[in-house]
Amino acid sequence: MIQILTRALLAGFLMMGAAKAENAPDPTNWPGLLEQAKGQTVYWHAWGGEPRINDYIAWAGREIENRYGVELVHVKVNDTGSVVSQVLAEKTAGTLDGGSVDLIWINGENFAAMKREGLLLDTAWANKLPNFQYVDVSGKPTVVNDFTVPTDGLEAPWGMAQLVFFNDTAIDSEMPTSMAGLLQWAQANPGRFSYPQPPDYVGTTFLKQALYELVTDPTVLQQPVEQADFEAVTAPLMAYLDKLHPHMWRSGRAFPQNTASLRQLLADGELEIGFAFNPAAASNAIANNELPDTVRTFVLERGTIGNTHFVAIPFNANAKAGAMVLADFLMSPEAQLRKQDPTVWGDPTVLDVTALPAAERDAFDGLELGIATLGPSELGIVLPEPHPSWMVALEKVWLARYGV
Amino acid sequence: MLRHIPALTLFFLIGPVLAGLMGVLLPAFGLLPSLGGTSLTLDYFHNVLSTPGVLRSSVLSLTVGLVTTAVSLAIVMLLIACWHGTKFFKSLQNLLSPLLSVPHAAAAFGLAFLIAPSGWLMRLVSPWATGVTRPPDWLIVNDPFALSMMAGLIAKEVPFLLLVSLAALPQSDLRRKTVLAATLGYGPVSGFFKTSFPLIYRQIRLPVLAVLAYATSVVDVAIILGPSTPAPLSVRLLQWMNDPEITERFRASAGAMMQLGVTALALLVWFMGEQLVRKGGLRAINRGHRRFADQALRRIIAVLAVLSSAMVLLGIIVLGIWSIAGFWRFPDALPVSFTLANWSRQAMGLETPLQNTLTIGLAATAIAIVLTLACLEQEARSGKTATSRALVLLYLPLIVPQVSFLFGLNILVLQLGGKANVMLVIFSHVIFVLPYVYLSLADPWRAWDTRYAAVAHGMGHGANRVFWSVRLPMLLTPVLTAAAVGFAVSIGQYLATLLIGSGRFPTITTEAVALASGGDRRVIGVYALIQAMLPFIGFAAALSLPALLYRNRRAMHANG
Repeated sequence: MIQILTRALLAGFLMMGAAKAENAPDPTNWPGLLEQAKGQTVYWHAWGGEPRINDYIAWAGREIENRYGVELVHVKVNDTGSVVSQVLAEKTAGTLDGGSVDLIWINGENFAAMKREGLLLDTAWANKLPNFQYVDVSGKPTVVNDFTVPTDGLEAPWGMAQLVFFNDTAIDSEMPTSMAGLLQWAQANPGRFSYPQPPDYVGTTFLKQALYELVTDPTVLQQPVEQADFEAVTAPLMAYLDKLHPHMWRSGRAFPQNTASLRQLLADGELEIGFAFNPAAASNAIANNELPDTVRTFVLERGTIGNTHFVAIPFNANAKAGAMVLADFLMSPEAQLRKQDPTVWGDPTVLDVTALPAAERDAFDGLELGIATLGPSELGIVLPEPHPSWMVALEKVWLARYGV
Repeated sequence: MLRHIPALTLFFLIGPVLAGLMGVLLPAFGLLPSLGGTSLTLDYFHNVLSTPGVLRSSVLSLTVGLVTTAVSLAIVMLLIACWHGTKFFKSLQNLLSPLLSVPHAAAAFGLAFLIAPSGWLMRLVSPWATGVTRPPDWLIVNDPFALSMMAGLIAKEVPFLLLVSLAALPQSDLRRKTVLAATLGYGPVSGFFKTSFPLIYRQIRLPVLAVLAYATSVVDVAIILGPSTPAPLSVRLLQWMNDPEITERFRASAGAMMQLGVTALALLVWFMGEQLVRKGGLRAINRGHRRFADQALRRIIAVLAVLSSAMVLLGIIVLGIWSIAGFWRFPDALPVSFTLANWSRQAMGLETPLQNTLTIGLAATAIAIVLTLACLEQEARSGKTATSRALVLLYLPLIVPQVSFLFGLNILVLQLGGKANVMLVIFSHVIFVLPYVYLSLADPWRAWDTRYAAVAHGMGHGANRVFWSVRLPMLLTPVLTAAAVGFAVSIGQYLATLLIGSGRFPTITTEAVALASGGDRRVIGVYALIQAMLPFIGFAAALSLPALLYRNRRAMHANG
């Protein structure tokens, strides 16, 4: 039996699937695509950690069911990496069509890896969707450059994110506006600052944010890390962390595991500064009773890192047409407006609001932002994400220096 | 038919595990063509070994496993020795179902909130007793020596080992041995360890080893309570497995082999420990000392038992408070406001997950019970006990780290052309349920006094009649206990449900894990309670049904 199994597995491993889209639906023929999509069930694998986002996804499901006869099933995952593993397993087993994942909520490293390994639907579809015309390509360049990696139409922009900080103004109203200021603040308030432990996404973002301010020439970050002298570029960052860690929470011997536990520690009074990759995070947490209503958001004077999150279709998706219908609906002014509504979710739009028809533009302009959310003008400069290779390299050096 | 069941059962267990192992083994040596790995190499093992702190992570996993198991076993055995047959013991027994029902992750989460510097215990005494209005910066949770992690694991493993010990008690004639030892002047502790312990341990040995394997490779408890600089090996393995960099799967696979080695090493150390205890024990028996600090031990063990139960129960109570909490700030002992919004918000989406959980859990448990009973009965009739080699195979699903094992299994399922369907999910659960059911049931089943069968045969009854009318009824407690354990194991499955079911069969646990990643204690509280409720019903039934059915048969009671 062992032999049979071994052989079966080896055979499977050797059955290499060349991920080619043979009969991918054509978004330029939209009525035909809608016809194709009718009756399909779209399995959308998306992070399920936030009830209000889950509610929003359920709403989108009801809408596309009513309008286009496409059924949406939200497969709630706790880690996008496990979805990548799932698609990889299917490719390894030679499942070249009829795969189990139709759409993934994705960006950054995960997208770069899936694109590189040929795990995505290999045809430019996203930029041919009808609602792509409203996407703010010139004003928000990250909608087509995911962590500097060109999206090539392989993923459709869904929402914007920017790193913001927040604190309880009832405790301390003077907040640092730079990394140097943060160090001084931490020295004056020992044990009240920490960041999620890399390789957590937001934790690594903090490192990149600090690097931006400490590096002499930020443009090197836009190139792959191999083209730069990594050690020289990051030397100021390492010196900075060496100085910061002794004044941090638990003296840097333990770290919050993710942005959620960072927020929890802020709520518990253990920390005084929180941060997240969603400008509405503080307002949402106040609405959920997680944080006191005296919490306010702030950003750094030289800007904070911003990016875009997307939806992508795996190479072997079963309901490609249905997935495109959903991706298009998610980009529609109507769905984007609802998503930006802080009482629903509060996630900033990827659209160019000024280019929208008047009624929709007014609706966007009329949105009440949350009590602790900064307006678009107050959010300050948006720094582009460094090339994904920086993230990998930073994680590695951090682990060796501080993680063990 | 019955003759083929053991082979069939082993196939169920070994087939998927070997496939899973293969799915780890090949990539560990560089073979994974879909990622461009086509040649054999040892690079990934070098890669793992040169990862900073990986040795420390392995040592952590090893010590956590050994210490957790040894301490849990000692507490349970001393508890039985010192307190069996007392009111205190009875009340602990009544706590078993709730203690067992709280999922590991929920217990860990509750404990973390209890003992953190901003936790409930601190809030209860602040600021009036401590004078602090801001939580102090103390490293309690995630401590580098994994003390809080071991405390959390012990609190959950003590009830499990107590449960299997209780199922074994009726077969070990504890009462008469205790009386006999006492008349010879032995104190309860010395008497117990010199007469009953060897018999009981023999019956619960496999569950003890399962605890050991589990504690060396646990992920969720380690993430919540364990150290993170560095984390135990299993946690780092999962990180590599889910790393956006897909080629990290190679390192993860090599790491999975290393985890396998750590668990195997822990088992080896344990076996050596068993030999030492055996030799020392025999010498101690010959020496004939009658007392061993009985009074002091009695008190210490009571305190430990209460403490470990309280950790879990207070933890789940405080999560219950969180589930209805409005805003709750340090150092308030209670939230400033209460709301049912969290419950009503979650209640809407519960129907399907609940249905799936019950269907899959009941089916998997039923299959596992039938297969186990058939195996054991076949063994009894043929007179051949499973060889030790076969028993090692039983462990495979419990030893191989789930995350990589399921990856390989998933590939096999896909290759056989299996579409995600509920039967596949059920069978993937059977892989994990069956060993626990078998481990919980095998020893009590074998320890059954076959003279009952001889008497029945003497009255002219056949093997089937003996099975249905004598053996099964007499062993109802262990059977139901095993079923409850199996049901709880099924409910706890996350990765199997998600991967093999392609996410098409959401259960309470998959929903809970997804929502827990958002970190809101209120939502976690809601799901922890729902998650605990289902196994609670199972354990309560297992513990109360026999008492109800056999209320007029005193010798059939575990505490009889």
